[in-house]
Amino acid sequence: MTLAEDLRRLEEIVRHLEEDDLDLDRSLALFEEGIRHLRQAREILSAADARVQEVVAEAGDTIRMVDRDE
Amino acid sequence: MGGDLFSPADGVAPRDRAFGVAEIAALLRAAVEGAIGQVWIRGEITGLKRYQSGHWYFTLRDPDAQVRCVMWRTYTQRAGSPPADGTEVYILARPSLWEERGELRLSAVVVLPTAAVGVAERERERTRLALEHDGLLALERKRPLPAFPRAVALVTSADGAVLHDILTVQRRRWPLATVLVVSARVQGSGAVEDLVRALQMVSRLSVDLCLLARGGGSREDLGAFDDERVCRAVAAVPVPVISAVGHETDVSLADLVADRRAPTPSAAAEMAFPDRDHVMSGLDHLADRLAQGLRRPTRLAQERLLRSGDRLATAWSRRIGRWQRTVERHAAQLEALSPLRVLERGYAVAQGTDGRVLRRVADLSPAMPFTLRLADGAVAARVDNRGGTR
Repeated sequence: MTLAEDLRRLEEIVRHLEEDDLDLDRSLALFEEGIRHLRQAREILSAADARVQEVVAEAGDTIRMVDRDE
Repeated sequence: MGGDLFSPADGVAPRDRAFGVAEIAALLRAAVEGAIGQVWIRGEITGLKRYQSGHWYFTLRDPDAQVRCVMWRTYTQRAGSPPADGTEVYILARPSLWEERGELRLSAVVVLPTAAVGVAERERERTRLALEHDGLLALERKRPLPAFPRAVALVTSADGAVLHDILTVQRRRWPLATVLVVSARVQGSGAVEDLVRALQMVSRLSVDLCLLARGGGSREDLGAFDDERVCRAVAAVPVPVISAVGHETDVSLADLVADRRAPTPSAAAEMAFPDRDHVMSGLDHLADRLAQGLRRPTRLAQERLLRSGDRLATAWSRRIGRWQRTVERHAAQLEALSPLRVLERGYAVAQGTDGRVLRRVADLSPAMPFTLRLADGAVAARVDNRGGTR
Protein backbone atom coordinates (compact mmCIF):
# COMPACT_ATOMS: atom_id res chain seq x y z
CA MET A 1 0.00 0.00 0.00
CA THR A 2 1.32 3.47 -0.79
CA LEU A 3 1.51 6.34 1.67
CA ALA A 4 -1.28 8.12 -0.17
CA GLU A 5 -3.50 5.05 0.16
CA ASP A 6 -2.66 4.63 3.84
CA LEU A 7 -3.52 8.25 4.52
CA ARG A 8 -6.71 8.15 2.51
CA ARG A 9 -7.95 5.05 4.34
CA LEU A 10 -6.91 6.51 7.69
CA GLU A 11 -8.88 9.68 7.01
CA GLU A 12 -11.85 7.58 5.97
CA ILE A 13 -11.69 5.57 9.19
CA VAL A 14 -11.42 8.66 11.36
CA ARG A 15 -14.41 10.25 9.63
CA HIS A 16 -16.33 7.02 10.06
CA LEU A 17 -15.58 6.89 13.77
CA GLU A 18 -16.39 10.55 14.21
CA GLU A 19 -19.58 10.76 12.24
CA ASP A 20 -21.26 7.38 12.20
CA ASP A 21 -23.04 5.69 15.03
CA LEU A 22 -21.07 2.46 15.19
CA ASP A 23 -21.26 -0.33 17.73
CA LEU A 24 -18.24 -1.09 19.86
CA ASP A 25 -17.11 -4.13 17.90
CA ARG A 26 -17.13 -2.23 14.61
CA SER A 27 -15.42 0.76 16.20
CA LEU A 28 -12.70 -1.44 17.63
CA ALA A 29 -12.14 -3.16 14.30
CA LEU A 30 -11.87 0.22 12.56
CA PHE A 31 -9.60 1.55 15.25
CA GLU A 32 -7.26 -1.40 14.88
CA GLU A 33 -7.20 -0.98 11.11
CA GLY A 34 -6.51 2.73 11.60
CA ILE A 35 -3.58 1.95 13.87
CA ARG A 36 -2.18 -0.38 11.22
CA HIS A 37 -2.33 2.34 8.55
CA LEU A 38 -0.89 4.86 10.97
CA ARG A 39 2.06 2.59 11.71
CA GLN A 40 2.62 1.87 8.04
CA ALA A 41 2.49 5.56 7.13
CA ARG A 42 4.96 6.41 9.90
CA GLU A 43 7.27 3.68 8.72
CA ILE A 44 7.22 4.95 5.17
CA LEU A 45 7.77 8.52 6.31
CA SER A 46 10.70 7.70 8.52
CA ALA A 47 12.45 5.51 5.98
CA ALA A 48 14.63 8.25 4.59
CA ASP A 49 16.36 6.35 1.86
CA ALA A 50 16.79 9.21 -0.56
CA ARG A 51 18.82 8.08 -3.49
CA VAL A 52 20.07 9.96 -6.45
CA GLN A 53 20.88 7.93 -9.48
CA GLU A 54 22.13 8.85 -12.86
CA VAL A 55 20.27 7.31 -15.77
CA VAL A 56 22.68 6.25 -18.44
CA ALA A 57 21.70 4.96 -21.85
CA GLU A 58 23.76 2.00 -22.94
CA ALA A 59 24.28 0.43 -26.29
CA GLY A 60 21.54 -1.94 -27.38
CA ASP A 61 18.77 0.31 -26.12
CA THR A 62 19.26 -0.52 -22.44
CA ILE A 63 19.30 1.81 -19.48
CA ARG A 64 21.68 1.65 -16.56
CA MET A 65 21.37 3.40 -13.19
CA VAL A 66 24.48 4.72 -11.54
CA ASP A 67 24.45 5.90 -7.94
CA ARG A 68 25.46 9.46 -7.74
CA ASP A 69 27.60 10.71 -4.90
CA GLU A 70 26.88 14.23 -3.82
CA MET B 1 -6.39 7.87 -75.69
CA GLY B 2 -7.94 8.24 -79.15
CA GLY B 3 -10.50 10.96 -79.56
CA ASP B 4 -12.52 10.06 -76.52
CA LEU B 5 -13.37 13.26 -74.68
CA PHE B 6 -13.84 11.52 -71.37
CA SER B 7 -10.98 9.12 -71.39
CA PRO B 8 -8.53 9.71 -68.53
CA ALA B 9 -5.47 11.84 -69.00
CA ASP B 10 -2.21 10.43 -67.70
CA GLY B 11 -2.15 10.21 -63.91
CA VAL B 12 -5.78 11.18 -63.43
CA ALA B 13 -8.33 8.71 -62.13
CA PRO B 14 -10.61 7.49 -64.92
CA ARG B 15 -14.00 9.15 -65.12
CA ASP B 16 -16.93 8.18 -67.24
CA ARG B 17 -18.52 11.59 -67.20
CA ALA B 18 -17.67 15.33 -67.14
CA PHE B 19 -17.06 17.13 -63.81
CA GLY B 20 -19.55 19.61 -62.48
CA VAL B 21 -18.05 23.03 -61.75
CA ALA B 22 -18.64 22.74 -58.02
CA GLU B 23 -17.15 19.31 -58.15
CA ILE B 24 -13.97 20.42 -59.85
CA ALA B 25 -13.76 23.43 -57.54
CA ALA B 26 -13.98 21.14 -54.52
CA LEU B 27 -11.30 18.89 -55.96
CA LEU B 28 -9.08 21.88 -56.67
CA ARG B 29 -9.61 23.19 -53.21
CA ALA B 30 -8.60 19.88 -51.67
CA ALA B 31 -5.55 19.77 -53.92
CA VAL B 32 -4.52 23.32 -53.06
CA GLU B 33 -5.04 22.88 -49.36
CA GLY B 34 -3.15 19.64 -49.28
CA ALA B 35 -0.28 20.83 -51.45
CA ILE B 36 1.61 23.07 -49.04
CA GLY B 37 -0.14 23.23 -45.73
CA GLN B 38 0.47 26.00 -43.26
CA VAL B 39 3.55 28.09 -44.05
CA TRP B 40 5.15 31.43 -43.29
CA ILE B 41 5.08 33.87 -46.19
CA ARG B 42 6.84 37.18 -46.38
CA GLY B 43 5.39 40.04 -48.37
CA GLU B 44 3.91 43.53 -48.45
CA ILE B 45 0.35 44.14 -47.42
CA THR B 46 -1.84 46.21 -49.75
CA GLY B 47 -5.51 47.00 -50.06
CA LEU B 48 -6.46 45.78 -46.61
CA LYS B 49 -10.20 45.98 -45.95
CA ARG B 50 -11.80 45.37 -42.58
CA TYR B 51 -15.34 44.21 -42.80
CA GLN B 52 -18.14 44.70 -40.32
CA SER B 53 -17.99 40.97 -39.68
CA GLY B 54 -14.47 41.37 -38.34
CA HIS B 55 -12.77 39.59 -41.23
CA TRP B 56 -9.83 41.21 -43.01
CA TYR B 57 -9.24 40.96 -46.76
CA PHE B 58 -5.94 42.05 -48.26
CA THR B 59 -3.34 41.33 -50.90
CA LEU B 60 0.17 40.16 -50.20
CA ARG B 61 2.68 41.01 -52.84
CA ASP B 62 6.30 41.33 -53.74
CA PRO B 63 7.81 42.82 -56.94
CA ASP B 64 6.97 39.71 -58.97
CA ALA B 65 3.64 38.37 -57.74
CA GLN B 66 0.60 38.86 -55.59
CA VAL B 67 -1.90 36.65 -53.78
CA ARG B 68 -5.29 37.45 -52.27
CA CYS B 69 -5.54 36.80 -48.55
CA VAL B 70 -8.25 36.55 -45.94
CA MET B 71 -7.98 36.52 -42.18
CA TRP B 72 -11.07 35.39 -40.29
CA ARG B 73 -12.47 37.18 -37.30
CA THR B 74 -11.26 34.47 -34.88
CA TYR B 75 -7.70 35.44 -35.76
CA THR B 76 -8.09 39.18 -36.39
CA GLN B 77 -9.42 39.53 -32.84
CA ARG B 78 -6.10 38.36 -31.53
CA ALA B 79 -4.07 40.39 -34.03
CA GLY B 80 -5.01 43.85 -32.76
CA SER B 81 -5.10 46.67 -35.28
CA PRO B 82 -4.27 45.83 -38.90
CA PRO B 83 -0.89 46.86 -40.38
CA ALA B 84 -0.95 49.92 -42.63
CA ASP B 85 -0.80 49.44 -46.40
CA GLY B 86 2.75 48.91 -47.58
CA THR B 87 3.92 47.26 -44.36
CA GLU B 88 6.18 44.30 -44.88
CA VAL B 89 4.86 41.36 -42.89
CA TYR B 90 5.16 37.66 -42.23
CA ILE B 91 1.93 35.83 -42.43
CA LEU B 92 1.31 32.28 -41.29
CA ALA B 93 -1.22 31.01 -43.79
CA ARG B 94 -2.62 28.06 -45.63
CA PRO B 95 -3.57 28.34 -49.32
CA SER B 96 -7.16 27.60 -50.15
CA LEU B 97 -9.68 28.03 -52.94
CA TRP B 98 -12.76 30.18 -52.58
CA GLU B 99 -15.12 27.96 -54.51
CA GLU B 100 -17.88 30.51 -55.09
CA ARG B 101 -15.50 32.74 -57.02
CA GLY B 102 -12.95 30.20 -58.06
CA GLU B 103 -10.31 32.38 -56.47
CA LEU B 104 -7.13 31.17 -54.93
CA ARG B 105 -6.30 32.83 -51.66
CA LEU B 106 -4.29 32.49 -48.52
CA SER B 107 -6.13 32.02 -45.29
CA ALA B 108 -3.97 33.71 -42.66
CA VAL B 109 -3.92 33.02 -38.95
CA VAL B 110 -1.04 35.28 -37.91
CA VAL B 111 0.22 38.58 -39.29
CA LEU B 112 3.47 39.94 -37.88
CA PRO B 113 5.27 43.04 -39.21
CA THR B 114 8.80 41.92 -40.17
CA ALA B 115 10.30 44.92 -38.45
CA ALA B 116 8.97 43.67 -35.13
CA VAL B 117 10.05 40.07 -35.15
CA GLY B 118 12.99 37.84 -35.71
CA VAL B 119 13.02 34.41 -37.22
CA ALA B 120 12.97 32.71 -33.81
CA GLU B 121 9.84 34.54 -32.78
CA ARG B 122 8.10 33.64 -35.98
CA GLU B 123 8.99 30.03 -35.53
CA ARG B 124 7.87 30.16 -31.94
CA GLU B 125 4.50 31.57 -32.95
CA ARG B 126 4.10 28.86 -35.58
CA THR B 127 4.96 26.17 -33.03
CA ARG B 128 2.56 27.61 -30.49
CA LEU B 129 -0.26 27.53 -33.00
CA ALA B 130 0.60 23.98 -34.04
CA LEU B 131 0.62 22.82 -30.40
CA GLU B 132 -2.59 24.65 -29.73
CA HIS B 133 -4.15 23.11 -32.80
CA ASP B 134 -3.31 19.63 -31.50
CA GLY B 135 -4.77 20.42 -28.12
CA LEU B 136 -1.44 20.15 -26.35
CA LEU B 137 -1.92 23.46 -24.57
CA ALA B 138 -5.44 22.66 -23.39
CA LEU B 139 -6.08 22.98 -19.68
CA GLU B 140 -8.06 19.74 -19.69
CA ARG B 141 -4.84 17.96 -20.51
CA LYS B 142 -3.15 19.04 -17.28
CA ARG B 143 -2.74 16.15 -14.89
CA PRO B 144 -2.67 16.43 -11.11
CA LEU B 145 0.70 15.93 -9.44
CA PRO B 146 1.24 12.88 -7.22
CA ALA B 147 0.83 13.82 -3.54
CA PHE B 148 3.79 11.74 -2.35
CA PRO B 149 6.20 10.99 -5.19
CA ARG B 150 8.35 7.91 -4.74
CA ALA B 151 10.54 8.23 -7.79
CA VAL B 152 11.06 11.39 -9.78
CA ALA B 153 12.86 11.83 -13.08
CA LEU B 154 14.85 15.00 -13.39
CA VAL B 155 15.75 16.14 -16.88
CA THR B 156 18.39 18.81 -16.73
CA SER B 157 22.01 19.57 -17.33
CA ALA B 158 24.26 17.19 -15.38
CA ASP B 159 26.63 19.76 -14.04
CA GLY B 160 24.50 22.84 -13.55
CA ALA B 161 23.55 24.58 -10.33
CA VAL B 162 19.96 23.62 -11.15
CA LEU B 163 20.57 19.99 -10.24
CA HIS B 164 22.16 21.01 -6.96
CA ASP B 165 19.30 23.40 -6.10
CA ILE B 166 16.65 20.80 -6.77
CA LEU B 167 18.40 18.06 -4.82
CA THR B 168 18.90 20.43 -1.87
CA VAL B 169 15.18 21.17 -1.71
CA GLN B 170 14.33 17.50 -2.15
CA ARG B 171 16.61 16.38 0.69
CA ARG B 172 15.22 19.00 3.03
CA ARG B 173 11.56 18.39 2.26
CA TRP B 174 11.13 14.83 1.08
CA PRO B 175 14.15 12.58 1.55
CA LEU B 176 12.00 9.55 0.75
CA ALA B 177 12.01 9.81 -3.00
CA THR B 178 14.53 8.47 -5.41
CA VAL B 179 15.61 11.01 -7.97
CA LEU B 180 16.66 9.69 -11.34
CA VAL B 181 18.76 12.23 -13.16
CA VAL B 182 18.51 12.10 -16.91
CA SER B 183 21.07 14.57 -18.08
CA ALA B 184 20.80 16.48 -21.31
CA ARG B 185 22.41 19.45 -22.90
CA VAL B 186 19.99 22.30 -22.37
CA GLN B 187 21.39 24.82 -24.81
CA GLY B 188 23.40 25.09 -27.95
CA SER B 189 23.64 22.62 -30.78
CA GLY B 190 22.36 19.17 -29.99
CA ALA B 191 20.24 20.43 -27.10
CA VAL B 192 16.96 19.71 -28.88
CA GLU B 193 17.97 16.14 -29.76
CA ASP B 194 19.34 15.60 -26.26
CA LEU B 195 16.22 16.88 -24.56
CA VAL B 196 13.96 14.79 -26.78
CA ARG B 197 16.06 11.69 -26.10
CA ALA B 198 16.04 12.37 -22.33
CA LEU B 199 12.28 12.92 -22.26
CA GLN B 200 11.73 9.74 -24.22
CA MET B 201 13.91 7.91 -21.74
CA VAL B 202 11.72 9.13 -18.89
CA SER B 203 8.82 7.15 -20.29
CA ARG B 204 10.88 4.00 -19.81
CA LEU B 205 11.59 4.73 -16.16
CA SER B 206 9.38 3.72 -13.29
CA VAL B 207 8.73 7.20 -11.96
CA ASP B 208 5.61 9.07 -10.94
CA LEU B 209 6.71 12.58 -11.80
CA CYS B 210 9.09 14.35 -14.18
CA LEU B 211 10.88 17.63 -13.65
CA LEU B 212 12.24 19.50 -16.63
CA ALA B 213 14.52 22.28 -15.47
CA ARG B 214 16.99 24.79 -16.70
CA GLY B 215 18.48 27.91 -15.17
CA GLY B 216 18.16 31.41 -16.53
CA GLY B 217 19.69 32.52 -19.79
CA SER B 218 19.20 34.65 -22.82
CA ARG B 219 16.24 34.13 -25.11
CA GLU B 220 18.51 32.22 -27.51
CA ASP B 221 19.85 30.04 -24.70
CA LEU B 222 16.34 28.93 -23.89
CA GLY B 223 15.49 28.34 -27.54
CA ALA B 224 15.50 24.54 -27.28
CA PHE B 225 12.52 24.73 -24.93
CA ASP B 226 10.52 26.47 -27.65
CA ASP B 227 11.29 23.76 -30.16
CA GLU B 228 8.31 21.85 -31.40
CA ARG B 229 10.05 18.47 -31.07
CA VAL B 230 10.90 19.16 -27.42
CA CYS B 231 7.37 20.37 -26.74
CA ARG B 232 5.86 17.27 -28.27
CA ALA B 233 8.27 15.09 -26.28
CA VAL B 234 7.10 16.85 -23.10
CA ALA B 235 3.50 16.17 -24.06
CA ALA B 236 4.31 12.49 -24.61
CA VAL B 237 5.79 11.89 -21.14
CA PRO B 238 3.37 9.45 -19.47
CA VAL B 239 3.64 11.02 -16.00
CA PRO B 240 2.93 14.62 -14.98
CA VAL B 241 5.67 17.09 -15.94
CA ILE B 242 6.66 20.19 -14.02
CA SER B 243 8.78 22.53 -16.06
CA ALA B 244 10.96 25.32 -14.80
CA VAL B 245 12.84 26.96 -17.60
CA GLY B 246 14.75 30.19 -17.15
CA HIS B 247 13.64 32.97 -14.88
CA GLU B 248 10.17 33.85 -13.74
CA THR B 249 9.64 36.20 -16.67
CA ASP B 250 10.55 33.61 -19.32
CA VAL B 251 7.75 31.39 -20.44
CA SER B 252 8.84 28.74 -22.89
CA LEU B 253 6.49 26.70 -25.02
CA ALA B 254 7.62 23.62 -23.09
CA ASP B 255 6.28 25.39 -19.99
CA LEU B 256 2.92 25.75 -21.69
CA VAL B 257 2.79 22.08 -22.62
CA ALA B 258 3.90 20.85 -19.18
CA ASP B 259 1.29 19.99 -16.57
CA ARG B 260 2.64 22.65 -14.22
CA ARG B 261 5.04 25.50 -14.67
CA ALA B 262 7.31 26.65 -11.87
CA PRO B 263 8.99 30.06 -11.95
CA THR B 264 12.38 28.62 -10.91
CA PRO B 265 13.96 25.16 -10.52
CA SER B 266 13.83 25.44 -6.71
CA ALA B 267 10.16 26.33 -6.91
CA ALA B 268 9.64 23.29 -9.13
CA ALA B 269 11.20 21.14 -6.42
CA GLU B 270 8.94 22.69 -3.78
CA MET B 271 5.99 21.92 -6.01
CA ALA B 272 7.13 18.34 -6.58
CA PHE B 273 8.15 17.34 -3.07
CA PRO B 274 5.82 17.66 -0.10
CA ASP B 275 7.23 18.66 3.26
CA ARG B 276 7.77 15.52 5.34
CA ASP B 277 7.48 17.34 8.68
CA HIS B 278 4.19 18.75 7.58
CA VAL B 279 2.90 15.31 6.58
CA MET B 280 4.15 13.87 9.90
CA SER B 281 2.25 16.43 11.94
CA GLY B 282 -0.82 15.79 9.84
CA LEU B 283 -0.43 12.13 10.74
CA ASP B 284 -0.19 12.98 14.46
CA HIS B 285 -3.38 14.92 14.16
CA LEU B 286 -5.07 11.94 12.52
CA ALA B 287 -3.78 9.69 15.32
CA ASP B 288 -5.42 11.99 17.88
CA ARG B 289 -8.68 11.94 16.03
CA LEU B 290 -8.51 8.16 15.73
CA ALA B 291 -8.12 7.78 19.51
CA GLN B 292 -10.86 10.34 20.09
CA GLY B 293 -13.01 8.48 17.62
CA LEU B 294 -12.76 5.28 19.63
CA ARG B 295 -13.39 7.07 22.93
CA ARG B 296 -16.93 7.97 21.94
CA PRO B 297 -18.27 4.46 21.18
CA THR B 298 -16.43 3.19 24.29
CA ARG B 299 -18.15 5.79 26.45
CA LEU B 300 -21.49 4.96 24.89
CA ALA B 301 -20.94 1.26 25.55
CA GLN B 302 -19.99 2.00 29.13
CA GLU B 303 -23.10 4.05 29.66
CA ARG B 304 -25.15 1.31 28.11
CA LEU B 305 -23.53 -1.22 30.43
CA LEU B 306 -24.26 0.92 33.46
CA ARG B 307 -27.84 1.30 32.38
CA SER B 308 -28.07 -2.51 31.98
CA GLY B 309 -26.65 -2.92 35.51
CA ASP B 310 -29.29 -0.63 36.85
CA ARG B 311 -31.99 -2.55 35.09
CA LEU B 312 -30.60 -5.82 36.46
CA ALA B 313 -30.62 -4.50 40.01
CA THR B 314 -34.19 -3.27 39.64
CA ALA B 315 -35.33 -6.60 38.26
CA TRP B 316 -33.55 -8.41 41.07
CA SER B 317 -35.05 -6.41 43.86
CA ARG B 318 -38.48 -6.76 42.32
CA ARG B 319 -38.05 -10.55 42.34
CA ILE B 320 -36.77 -10.58 45.92
CA GLY B 321 -39.76 -8.51 46.96
CA ARG B 322 -42.04 -11.06 45.41
CA TRP B 323 -40.33 -13.86 47.32
CA GLN B 324 -40.52 -11.90 50.51
CA ARG B 325 -44.25 -11.47 50.15
CA THR B 326 -44.67 -15.21 49.49
CA VAL B 327 -42.69 -16.07 52.59
CA GLU B 328 -44.81 -13.70 54.64
CA ARG B 329 -47.99 -15.22 53.31
CA HIS B 330 -46.77 -18.72 54.13
CA ALA B 331 -45.68 -17.59 57.57
CA ALA B 332 -49.18 -16.28 58.27
CA GLN B 333 -50.71 -19.58 57.19
CA LEU B 334 -48.25 -21.49 59.37
CA GLU B 335 -49.14 -19.33 62.29
CA ALA B 336 -52.82 -20.04 61.90
CA LEU B 337 -52.05 -23.73 62.20
CA SER B 338 -49.86 -23.34 65.27
CA PRO B 339 -51.10 -25.29 68.38
CA LEU B 340 -50.50 -22.16 70.35
CA ARG B 341 -53.37 -20.57 68.47
CA VAL B 342 -55.61 -23.45 69.71
CA LEU B 343 -54.57 -22.82 73.25
CA GLU B 344 -55.48 -19.17 72.67
CA ARG B 345 -59.03 -20.28 72.19
CA GLY B 346 -59.10 -21.70 75.82
CA TYR B 347 -57.84 -25.22 75.41
CA ALA B 348 -55.07 -26.72 77.50
CA VAL B 349 -52.65 -29.56 76.89
CA ALA B 350 -51.60 -32.04 79.58
CA GLN B 351 -48.08 -33.32 79.29
CA GLY B 352 -46.29 -35.88 81.33
CA THR B 353 -43.07 -35.01 83.08
CA ASP B 354 -41.33 -36.55 80.09
CA GLY B 355 -43.13 -34.11 77.81
CA ARG B 356 -45.45 -36.73 76.35
CA VAL B 357 -48.98 -35.46 75.68
CA LEU B 358 -51.48 -37.15 77.93
CA ARG B 359 -54.45 -37.83 75.72
CA ARG B 360 -56.45 -40.47 77.68
CA VAL B 361 -57.59 -41.04 81.27
CA ALA B 362 -55.57 -44.21 81.17
CA ASP B 363 -52.46 -42.13 80.66
CA LEU B 364 -52.93 -40.78 84.21
CA SER B 365 -52.66 -42.42 87.59
CA PRO B 366 -53.55 -41.10 91.11
CA ALA B 367 -51.06 -38.59 92.56
CA MET B 368 -49.25 -38.48 89.27
CA PRO B 369 -47.60 -35.09 88.57
CA PHE B 370 -48.00 -33.56 85.16
CA THR B 371 -47.76 -30.22 83.35
CA LEU B 372 -50.74 -28.32 82.14
CA ARG B 373 -49.77 -26.08 79.19
CA LEU B 374 -51.97 -23.04 78.64
CA ALA B 375 -51.80 -20.26 76.07
CA ASP B 376 -49.50 -18.05 78.10
CA GLY B 377 -47.45 -20.67 79.95
CA ALA B 378 -47.51 -23.89 81.95
CA VAL B 379 -48.44 -24.89 85.52
CA ALA B 380 -47.41 -27.96 87.52
CA ALA B 381 -50.44 -30.19 88.50
CA ARG B 382 -51.17 -33.50 90.24
CA VAL B 383 -53.99 -36.06 89.87
CA ASP B 384 -56.02 -36.45 93.07
CA ASN B 385 -58.74 -38.90 92.01
CA ARG B 386 -58.49 -41.76 89.70
CA GLY B 387 -62.31 -42.23 89.18
CA GLY B 388 -62.70 -39.81 86.34
CA THR B 389 -65.30 -39.95 83.64
CA ARG B 390 -64.60 -41.59 80.32
